[in-house]
Amino acid sequence: MVTNSSSRAVGVGRLLIAVYAILALGATARSFVQIVERFDEAPLAYTLSAVSAVVYIVATAALILPGRAWYLVAWITICFELVGVLVVGTLSITHPELFAHASVWSHFGRGYVFVPLVIPVLGLAWLWVRRPSAVARKLAA
Amino acid sequence: MIEWFTYAQVGIAVVAGLICVVLGLLGRPPQDLTMGSALLIEVLLLVQLIVSLAAPAFGNNPTGSLLEFYLYLVSAIILLPLAGVWALIERNRWSTVILGVACLSIAIMVYRMDEIWLAELA
Repeated sequence: MVTNSSSRAVGVGRLLIAVYAILALGATARSFVQIVERFDEAPLAYTLSAVSAVVYIVATAALILPGRAWYLVAWITICFELVGVLVVGTLSITHPELFAHASVWSHFGRGYVFVPLVIPVLGLAWLWVRRPSAVARKLAA
Repeated sequence: MIEWFTYAQVGIAVVAGLICVVLGLLGRPPQDLTMGSALLIEVLLLVQLIVSLAAPAFGNNPTGSLLEFYLYLVSAIILLPLAGVWALIERNRWSTVILGVACLSIAIMVYRMDEIWLAELA
C-alpha cells in the first residue's frame, strides 16, 4: 500500500485525529454554553475555555491536513495544550479560587477522563515519529 | 431523562465501546457486530431525544442547562454516523478502534446529560 508521504491521516494517526476531533467537539460545545449562559460569572475561566476549544480545533485540522506548515502548526498547538493542561491543572489545585468554574484543563482534565492530559503526550510522540526527515528516510529505504 | 434508561445507555455504550476497541486492536475491520452495536447505540440516542422532548410534558424537568443538554445530545447523535462513515471509508483495524472510542465518548456524554438533567444544582 502506497502512502502519501505528507499525510498523517494513516494508521494510529487516524485514532489520534478522532480523539482530538471529539475533544474539540466537547470543548467547543461546553465553551459555547458557558459563554452564552454565564460569561459574567467567571470571564477568565470561560475565556480560557474558549481559547482551549479553538486550539483543539486547530490541532485537529493540523493533524489532518498535509504539508510541513500544518505539521508545524500541529506541534505548536499540541505543545500549547500540554503546557495549558499542566499549568491550569496545577493552578486549579494550588489556587482553586481562580478556577472555581470547571474548564477542560481543570484538575488536569479530570472532567474529561484525563484525556486532555494524556492525548497531547501521545500527539507529540506521533508527530516525532512522523517527522519529515524520518518519513523521508523510511521512503528512501 | 429517565434514570434506568440512562444507565442502560451508558452501560451498553461502554460495553460496545470496549468490544470495538479490543476487536480493533486485535486487527479486525468493522463487521456486523461492531457496526451493529454502534447502530444500536444510535437508535437508543434517538429514543433519548424523543424522551427528552416529551419529558417536560410529564412533569419531568431538567435541573440544569437545557442548551447544554441538547448540545451534548445533538453532538452525540451526529458523532456516531460520522465515525461510522469514517470507519467505512478505510476498513481496517483503526476504523474499529475509532468506532469504539466514539461509543465510549457517547457513554461519557450521556452520563453528563444525566447529570445536567437530574443533578445540576447551580
